[in-house]
Amino acid sequence: MRFARPETAHEAAALIAKETGLIRILSGGTDVMVQLKAGLVEPALIVDIKRIPGLRKITPEAGGFRIGAAVSGAELGEHAEVRALWPGVVEGAELIGSTQVQGRATMAGNLCNGSPAADAVPGLVAANAVARIMGPNGERDCPIADIPAGPGKTTLAKGEFLTSIFLPARPARSGDAYLRFIPRTEMDIAVAAAAVSLTLNDAGVISAARVALGAVAPTVRLVPAAADTIIGSKLDEAALAALSAACSAACNPIDDKRGTIEFRTQVVGVLAKRAALIAYSRAGEKK
Amino acid sequence: MKSIHVSATVNGDAVEFICAPDESLLDVLRNRLGLTGAKEGCGTGDCGACSVTLDGRLVCSCLVLGAEAEGATVGTIEGIADGDTLHPLQQSFIDHAALQCGICTPGILVAAKSLLEKNPNPTDTEVRYWLAGNLCRCTGYDKIIYAVQDAAKKMRSA
Repeated sequence: MRFARPETAHEAAALIAKETGLIRILSGGTDVMVQLKAGLVEPALIVDIKRIPGLRKITPEAGGFRIGAAVSGAELGEHAEVRALWPGVVEGAELIGSTQVQGRATMAGNLCNGSPAADAVPGLVAANAVARIMGPNGERDCPIADIPAGPGKTTLAKGEFLTSIFLPARPARSGDAYLRFIPRTEMDIAVAAAAVSLTLNDAGVISAARVALGAVAPTVRLVPAAADTIIGSKLDEAALAALSAACSAACNPIDDKRGTIEFRTQVVGVLAKRAALIAYSRAGEKK
Repeated sequence: MKSIHVSATVNGDAVEFICAPDESLLDVLRNRLGLTGAKEGCGTGDCGACSVTLDGRLVCSCLVLGAEAEGATVGTIEGIADGDTLHPLQQSFIDHAALQCGICTPGILVAAKSLLEKNPNPTDTEVRYWLAGNLCRCTGYDKIIYAVQDAAKKMRSA
């Protein structure tokens, strides 16, 4: 195994392009190091991207924020402006692992690790966040929703890696929230999870919404049919019941030691309702 | 495997070491620098026994490559006492009998010091959540929480 620490994204892309063996991109390392230790992967080359300018920075851009791919959960959580604009995204990222893991773990790594239960990803999908990807053919942007492809798999092409995640500006009277179910209070993997992002009009009616679910399908899933159930509503009981039903209908979960198909299917609807209510109040309306 | 030459600062001292590309910072600290305070409990970032600070940030040294420490500042349990004078957290752990076998203790002390630097007056709940990634299989956690809170109180009035 070799270790490289390129100083620019182009240098990294060139190194990766000419490597014939297995490559692992190293940012926070909280997944890669575990895989190395377990012998699950034996990469020929580890590329540490943390020296690339901007990768450890949070930069305001067009009313939103560009989050470098190597920004840790702790750094994200300490950024008051990002937290104020996208609280649901930040609370998802902050649920990953312990204080120690937060010191290193990144949203980009959480996304690229490809877990259907990745806590940072539903919030990013609901936020309509966009990944900036570097590769052998240069840079491209891709919605986060289009990156997960299955457990441990992404749609990134060979030689591609994330350099940042863009969280867009959002209209006034907007809010988002992320909730997951785990059987304890900390240090666990989501059994089911839901993120809701919404915008209200002056009358407190939901004018736009996005709903994303985690751990209930082979990938984190954007569910437009669920968002449609609450658009045009003030989150009355009927709308919440329809939201819950639409989320449960969109599930395609597995049975495993953490939860059954039936449990996940039911709980994700409850989580979506509760997340919608939190997002609604964050958008400025009491419920 | 081609070895890598690394220069870093550990507990305020400039150090240089040679390590393999896949060698963890924990293994470097223990096997190359003789700093055996940080322990390997799980090796997968679950137990916190290997906690150190890296550029001021609390991390699991088992999840960091030695090569990543190039140019970085590392803080370990060995740097906490001032000569023969124990850090208030260390003294408090003794006073409260907040340890038995001691394997988890260095990591908990490093983590607790990091908490008190950020938040000198935490609630019990904040201490428990901060230390959720530090597992202890002997004492139970109550004595650890009491010890951290007592040290925090003494440090605030110092």
